[in-house]
Amino acid sequence: MASITKPPVRHPSLPTNSLGFTKRDYEGAMSTLCAGCGHDSVTAALVQALWELELPPHRAAKMSGIGCSSKTTAYFLRQSHGFNGVHGRMPALATGANAANRQLAYIGISGDGDSLSIGLGQLCHAIRRNLNMMYVLENNGVYGLTKGQFSASADVGSKSKRGEPNVQPPIDPVLLALSLGATFVARSFSGDKTQLVPILKAAVRHNGFALIDVISPCVSFNDHETSTKSYRYTRNHYLEVAPVDFVPLRREIAAGQTEDALTSVTMHDGSVVRFRKVANDYDPRNRDAAYAYLRARQTKGEVVTGLLYLDESAPDMHAVAGTVETPLVDLGFEELCPGSAALAELMAEYR
Amino acid sequence: MPDVDGGGRNSVESRVNDFAFKIGTVNGTGSASANSLLMQAIFRMGIPVTGKNVFPSNIQGLPTWYEIRVSREGYMARPADIDLVVALNPATYAKDVAAVRPGGYLLYDSSWPLDDSLVREGITILGIPFGKMCVESFEGDRERTLLRNIVYAGALVALLEIDMDVIGEMLREKFSKKAKLLDANFKAIRLGYDYAKANYDCPLPFRLERMNATSESILIDGNSAAALGAVFAGATVGAWYPITPSTSLMEAFKEYCERFRVDPATKQRKYALIQAEDELAAAGMVIGAGWCGARSFTSTAGPGISLMGEFIGLAYYAEIPGVFFDIQRTGPSTGMPTRTQQGDLLSIAYLSHGDTKHIALFPANPEECFHLAVAAFDLSERFQTPVFVVSDLDIGMNDWMCNKFSWDDGYRPDRGKVLGPAELDRVQKFARYTDVDGDGIAARTLPGAHPRGGYFTRGSGHDKNAAYTEDSAEYLEVVDRLARKLATAATAVPAPEVHNQSDGTAEIGIISVGGCHSAVMEALDRLRAAGHSVDYMRVRAFPFGPSVRAFIDAHERCYVVEQNRDGQLRSLLALETGIARDRMTSILDYGGLPLTADRVVRGVLEGEGHLNIPAYANGGATAATAARQR
Repeated sequence: MASITKPPVRHPSLPTNSLGFTKRDYEGAMSTLCAGCGHDSVTAALVQALWELELPPHRAAKMSGIGCSSKTTAYFLRQSHGFNGVHGRMPALATGANAANRQLAYIGISGDGDSLSIGLGQLCHAIRRNLNMMYVLENNGVYGLTKGQFSASADVGSKSKRGEPNVQPPIDPVLLALSLGATFVARSFSGDKTQLVPILKAAVRHNGFALIDVISPCVSFNDHETSTKSYRYTRNHYLEVAPVDFVPLRREIAAGQTEDALTSVTMHDGSVVRFRKVANDYDPRNRDAAYAYLRARQTKGEVVTGLLYLDESAPDMHAVAGTVETPLVDLGFEELCPGSAALAELMAEYR
Repeated sequence: MPDVDGGGRNSVESRVNDFAFKIGTVNGTGSASANSLLMQAIFRMGIPVTGKNVFPSNIQGLPTWYEIRVSREGYMARPADIDLVVALNPATYAKDVAAVRPGGYLLYDSSWPLDDSLVREGITILGIPFGKMCVESFEGDRERTLLRNIVYAGALVALLEIDMDVIGEMLREKFSKKAKLLDANFKAIRLGYDYAKANYDCPLPFRLERMNATSESILIDGNSAAALGAVFAGATVGAWYPITPSTSLMEAFKEYCERFRVDPATKQRKYALIQAEDELAAAGMVIGAGWCGARSFTSTAGPGISLMGEFIGLAYYAEIPGVFFDIQRTGPSTGMPTRTQQGDLLSIAYLSHGDTKHIALFPANPEECFHLAVAAFDLSERFQTPVFVVSDLDIGMNDWMCNKFSWDDGYRPDRGKVLGPAELDRVQKFARYTDVDGDGIAARTLPGAHPRGGYFTRGSGHDKNAAYTEDSAEYLEVVDRLARKLATAATAVPAPEVHNQSDGTAEIGIISVGGCHSAVMEALDRLRAAGHSVDYMRVRAFPFGPSVRAFIDAHERCYVVEQNRDGQLRSLLALETGIARDRMTSILDYGGLPLTADRVVRGVLEGEGHLNIPAYANGGATAATAARQR
């Protein structure tokens, strides 16, 4: 994320990753969001995570819908293809793109307005298909671009800037995803980069649909005293139960480090997600237990964070469909067209 | 006036290979297989034949009809007159009796007596106790119900002189591995056949006689043909949501792909077919896949087109290919989902908000569905824009006799201007929306291809570099180029098919589109035989090329034949050519059934002042009159 336009000069002392890229190479256009917006912090965490992952920028595809959060795909990975589609319909675009080219890293950025109202159906079905993508839901409980209406994630009793309380129950994307069979479910906070970066890295490497609900306060319309999606409220009710370390494939896990880990999960590409021990009674591999735990804590007003559930064994959309490993866009026409002899044979059957 | 109005047919005179019959049954009782057995047998006798399924939006219980027309001349349109009605559904007896042409025949199931009130003067009523014979000859309700269909087929074999050897051959093909079923079916055929032979003068005055007019033809529905076109064009991603009458297109695509696109060694699939959660998602998937470089498509009907409108606007503005098959049905709203219409012409031409215009292709029959499907993928990638293939229920779901499809193995897909790694290596800075050669088409890149190929795709205002803009000049530069691009497309789409009389003096020009074609071709023969000098142009694509306007200009009086209430093609022609709408007279038919040649002939004769006919039963107000009133 860049809040001011910086000159395209590279300081010789800037560290590079193994591809020779500095973090600057993972940045994008200047943000046009409000100063202090949680979304810009998420963008910064993404830049950090993708640089550390050593993802070739042009092998990523950034997907988004419409809204403040959806704009942020322009603010990182300037070398990548980005697609800012229509409101709430990013999952469909990502599904089609992934069907065509399964080898790109799909990075979806959405918000509570984009995902939980018109986009709710598409979000649910992308989860059901276990579409291989990362889906970051920047959640601030409010419509920013249209100036302050409640979104579907606003808590009951949380007040708008003008003082009106929200009366309709919220849709919780984490509980929703768990109940729909999502294979990677996390919640984090834009103000906690230490927690968010490893989650983002694990999500990119996850072979399936990775939902990250990031509480990302709106400084202009939902950061006041009576809001439950403000920086202050989130910090005061923050409960980290499943923090993770992400260990890339290439790096050896130092002996001793795994001993105090609650559990380790090996990702599809061989990298490892290690859950640090914080809450003894939390098991991120048990969907039902995770759900029950989250529900119990939620009723106490706590915002439970971490990589809350992970199942790396479930087949993704392509595995279920039995598609070839080669991306469909890379198949030659000769492999696709049956040709005149096959057609002649077929014609005989229509007589 | 010669007997132009009656199609040259005489009901009492003996007729060979020129008649129509229809069978009325109850939906869900298995009559479809008997009906296709009859139609296919006639086809295999070398006689041109066509079948129209008039079916309900229902799984079981509502009335359904199947109309078979035999035409030695090869006319494929729905017949205006039915010579024989096979009435097997007591719920529709009254309608069925009324449907028989004067001098024609009614065949009913005489297991139960026909109510006296249904007896009609001037037709011959034949009774065969199909139900009773089945009860006596077969065991179990299911078998009795199913085989009753084969028994009536047997009766028709006798009454119409269908070749029994052909029937036998077909039954053996169908039940080659089910000896018990084969025996039962043979027995059922014989039951009907023998009863008819023993009790009635067979054949009826209209009958069949072997010909050799179908050896280079096939019987196929348009949806299968379009799906096959998609397979041959190299489409790899299909996304859809089930909706009548488009569903069978995607099902056929899957079937062909399972045959042609599965790696024999690994059993892995070289295609992706996604049943989406709705049409909105289906459109998004098509666009996402097209953006990534796959040939992608969907198939839907009017309600789906409405839902896809927003995404179509995005694809138009962000310039992303995708093929959209619209198998039109009767609207508005849910309308009559199992009846045909051409009601989406206007909405498709300019679908979505803002200034948008789309390429649309209009196949007239399954053969053209196959070839225009391939053309649609080429046009869509070449012009980087959605392309619609506008078919309808009649073309899509009915079996049509048409030429065997041919394929040129030299065909290679037109992928349009796509910069690959080699070109991008040479590019200093890629500018996505820059037209370098004046055709309005800018080169694109595919995600993942090259570090220098990246750009930001958006539906929001953008400049020629794909950057966000709210600047008027930058916005105009892009949208004006889009207009130029569509103008180029008008010269690249399939030209209209013109059937002019050789002398070039015709004052009357008929214009039509899509599924009207077979009825218009038949009407042309009848009008010309009656001494009228008539030219004909079938529009095959939108935007219209220059020859469309030229045809209208060249004719003093134009008749626009189409299947919707408001004369949508006529409006489009007026809008796009600038020719006054009143210069063209509408001949409309929009009651949901396929067009007949009679409708066209009457429309033209009435417009020419040769006829004065009261309101037409199948199309609301007489079209020419209605057109004048508007």
